[in-house]
Amino acid sequence: MAGESNGAAGFGSSIRRREDPELITGRAKYTDDLKLAGMVYCTILRSDYAHAGINSIDTSEAEALDGVLGVYTAKDIEASGVPGGVPVGWLLPGLKTPEHFMLAKDTTRYVGDGVAIVVAEDQYTAHDALELIYVDYDPRDGIADPKKATADGAPLVHDDAPNNIAFDWEIGDKESTDAAFANAAHVASLDIVNNRLIPNAMEPRAALADYNDITGELVLYMTTQNPHIHRLLMSLASLGLPEHKIRVIAPEVGGGFGSKIHHYADEAIAAWASMQVGRPVKWTATRTETYITDAHGRDHVTHGEMAIDADGRFIGLRVDTYAAMGAYLSTFAPAVPTYLYGTLMSGEYDLPAIYCHVYGVFTHTVPVDAYRGAGRPEATFIVERLVDEAARVTGIDPVEIRRRNFVAPDNFPYQTQVALAYDSGNYEGALDKALEAIGYDDFRTEQAAAREQGKYLGLGLSTYIEACGLAPSAVVGSLGAQAGQWESAVVRVHATGKVTVYSGCSGHGQGHETTFAQIVASALGVPYDDIDVVEGDTGSMPHGWGTYGSRSAATGGSAIASAAEKVVDKARTIAAHLLEAAEEDIEFEDGNFFVKGSPDQSQSLPDVALQAYLAHNLPKGIEPALEATSFYDPANFVYPFGTHIAIVEVCSQTGNVTLQRYLAVDDVGNVINPMIVDGQVHGGIAQGIGQSLYETAVYDDGANLLSGTMLDYAVPKAHFMPSFETDRTVTPCPHNPLGVKGVGEAGSIASPAAVVNAVVDALSPFGVTHIDMPVTSEKVWNAMK
Amino acid sequence: MFPSKFDYHRPSSVQEAVQILSDNPDAKVLAGGHSLIPVMKLRLATPSALIDIGRIDALKGISRANGSLRIGACVTYNEIANSGVVQDAAPLLAEAAGQIGDRQVRYRGTIGGNLSHADPASDLPAAALALGATLHVSGPNGSRSVSASEFFVDLMMTSLQADEILTEVEISAASAGTGSAYVKFEHPASGYALCGAAAVVTRGAGGSCTGASLCFNGVSATAVSANGVAASLVGSDLSDGAVESAVSNLSIPDAAGDMFASAGYRQELAKAIGAQALRTARDRA
Repeated sequence: MAGESNGAAGFGSSIRRREDPELITGRAKYTDDLKLAGMVYCTILRSDYAHAGINSIDTSEAEALDGVLGVYTAKDIEASGVPGGVPVGWLLPGLKTPEHFMLAKDTTRYVGDGVAIVVAEDQYTAHDALELIYVDYDPRDGIADPKKATADGAPLVHDDAPNNIAFDWEIGDKESTDAAFANAAHVASLDIVNNRLIPNAMEPRAALADYNDITGELVLYMTTQNPHIHRLLMSLASLGLPEHKIRVIAPEVGGGFGSKIHHYADEAIAAWASMQVGRPVKWTATRTETYITDAHGRDHVTHGEMAIDADGRFIGLRVDTYAAMGAYLSTFAPAVPTYLYGTLMSGEYDLPAIYCHVYGVFTHTVPVDAYRGAGRPEATFIVERLVDEAARVTGIDPVEIRRRNFVAPDNFPYQTQVALAYDSGNYEGALDKALEAIGYDDFRTEQAAAREQGKYLGLGLSTYIEACGLAPSAVVGSLGAQAGQWESAVVRVHATGKVTVYSGCSGHGQGHETTFAQIVASALGVPYDDIDVVEGDTGSMPHGWGTYGSRSAATGGSAIASAAEKVVDKARTIAAHLLEAAEEDIEFEDGNFFVKGSPDQSQSLPDVALQAYLAHNLPKGIEPALEATSFYDPANFVYPFGTHIAIVEVCSQTGNVTLQRYLAVDDVGNVINPMIVDGQVHGGIAQGIGQSLYETAVYDDGANLLSGTMLDYAVPKAHFMPSFETDRTVTPCPHNPLGVKGVGEAGSIASPAAVVNAVVDALSPFGVTHIDMPVTSEKVWNAMK
Repeated sequence: MFPSKFDYHRPSSVQEAVQILSDNPDAKVLAGGHSLIPVMKLRLATPSALIDIGRIDALKGISRANGSLRIGACVTYNEIANSGVVQDAAPLLAEAAGQIGDRQVRYRGTIGGNLSHADPASDLPAAALALGATLHVSGPNGSRSVSASEFFVDLMMTSLQADEILTEVEISAASAGTGSAYVKFEHPASGYALCGAAAVVTRGAGGSCTGASLCFNGVSATAVSANGVAASLVGSDLSDGAVESAVSNLSIPDAAGDMFASAGYRQELAKAIGAQALRTARDRA
């Protein structure tokens, strides 16, 4: 890379995040901080029933309340003539796509389903009025368990989806896999539940909509990870406004973890309400609303089996999953337990036969969609649990059985049996580094000695791979995506040599303003402080697809690198002209153009930029100004991998699990900012530990959400965590200009299996072979009995 | 937060507060607000008025005189946890107060609010029980005293009358040879006690146990005393074996389960956590 010597702030530097001073001093502006003249407030009445008919809705008392501007139901939205839809953006063959309207028309299908809207002068009145709306419900049976929901006679979520089956999907080769099992020397088999999770971004979702009925323009500030996708879906499916008349702006966004990818009814409702009352309308979810409206994650019931030959080699993997979709298909929901799940079933292993079957199932619950990791944590969990179970049934050490089955470093690119082609990897490299750091052999000695004293220690491995930065767009489209997965960038060098970078990604905590500037600092040889990064405004930058799925560095970062390269190419042409030399004789180093061998006579990038803007003396055929746009469509996914190791102690008296150590060796390719990468790894691990030990959304048999507050739903706390140990190996991505892969989700993908494998290892003297997540103290205590 | 509408009163004396409370039967007394405000926010409580007693100086002191520790109802958890006077006279109370919530909660929440709210999973009720605290309350007809053992009636119900306000908590200062401990097994979500054990033991000159009490939070609808079990330790040498043997007979009546932990598991936790509290109290005696 050019200009890699850019001070302490270029590519590879752990420079502090420039975002943080505003964020941690409370000066950053989130959607709910914004106030517009004449702004009013919107609240949404939500069903208290998991499943109920709506006989009638009486809004008259609410309408009569002082300060209420309007109370609306689905009928009003229908009468307004807008499409009113909340669409699904990923289609699978045979997918059932029942209507999802912005408010429930005649049936509510989950606790939280929107029923009516209030618009009022202030938020207190808007909340008071909700209590004055009287809905005559006809309560019906509901169901929350995705497997039981497929049974004959189970309550139906949608009449046109028999047995509640949204889709019936498979990948791999059933016949060859069955044959492998017929020839297996050993079979490892597990029944697991991958627990339902509630996202809990720190900032609740919010929208501030400002519709101008003279110009027909809508400005919509909202909590989004992908403003352009929201603009597209608002236009096509919900509001019917022309795309160019909608401007979606993401102010600071306080975390998403996937929950702010999706297109929900609520933000569209705020926009529609603004169109009705002719004033700016703000809606902000209460924390209670986030629990019953933000798309949940995971929720699988799975049977998995591994066939192993007499030498301990994996010869077949068979997985059967019931994946909850919830009451409606959320934006990318069908992709999550299919193309982001079944395709990961080969793990890091050379597996000659795989078959994975998935039912997507409607349940009377909050819709389920992508949540940090999205399908890949679920895949990694069943694979890595089966690998440990295979070690147990064969009597081979868990480390050895992994080594024996890894895809070898000289076997890349490796075509799996489940569509993906891994482009690079060195799985034993990461494993060896992790084992050495943890002191594997010493641990086994310590573990044996501790057991003699009635102390139960366990070590769990998770040798994971993940596939992120979905691409290329043509492949993603062939799998059903109603979206592209390329990314855009504009690199604009101003006349003074300062730089503004526009990206179609939309960060919400990732540190793009820092890392993207680092990329450009190195590429252009411009001081880091001279570069600003702008994201999150459909009015300011070309179309982009946003930030999720660990894609921003690999796709958005590559787009920026590619745009920066175009800038350098143009600047080189101008510099050659100014230096009166042939272009091919011009070198570019640390931001300076000079004739090969004569670095004294140089033109700096700012010199060239000034000339480009003045345009007094440009080479023939060269346009003025200095900027470039890139639309970068990657050639493949990127494939981060690594080894995570958890060491736990289980209290034999209470069943309490304490994490003693957690070590992660990740390979995310080249690293733009090691500190930020460590931070991402830490956050992901904490979320995965949350899933494995603490978090779970609990619905009762009637599909009522019991864990509806933070009193019951255990978001992990800092003092539950050990100090994480992190390290890396570096296997650059071979197909993008930066050699980078993704890191946002790796921790949450790898860690649940590591923790549960550790607990099961600790409990092996009790004959325990599996415990479902979250591994609560009572479950452990029962398992020890 | 968007509660229903309510009136707000800020009396400057206990008498005035009691008067307002008598005049407003649907009113609620506001101290630190850390239990009341969240339920108002969810509109699970819709009091017609709040009576903010946070500015009444008479409710804010900690003092020790004549072998008695007196703590005003509006003294915060943080003040209790860090008060040298409390640490010396009733270290159990200081230890329990220091385990409530987080730093922000401890700076706002008060002992009077805690005990009056009577959340069985909170940390102070068992400590108050184990210490044999006396609670002083004021009402329209003057003041009266209630022992902690008669104060907690049922889930979030106390023997406070609707027009009475808890004003002060009185505890006999710990005597020589006494050790105590509060051990909590916390609910991972709320931080409340899945099981919290408050133990006090006293050793005589020869080291043998001359008095013991053991009380629990979190296991049933109120904080409960297991002093029968504790009494069986009197006369013992308080060895690990003696403690084990005493708690093996522990059975908490009406232990309650919920979606996180069953009643049976809570009973078992009480044995493990109770034994740990007793051992620690012994080591400190």
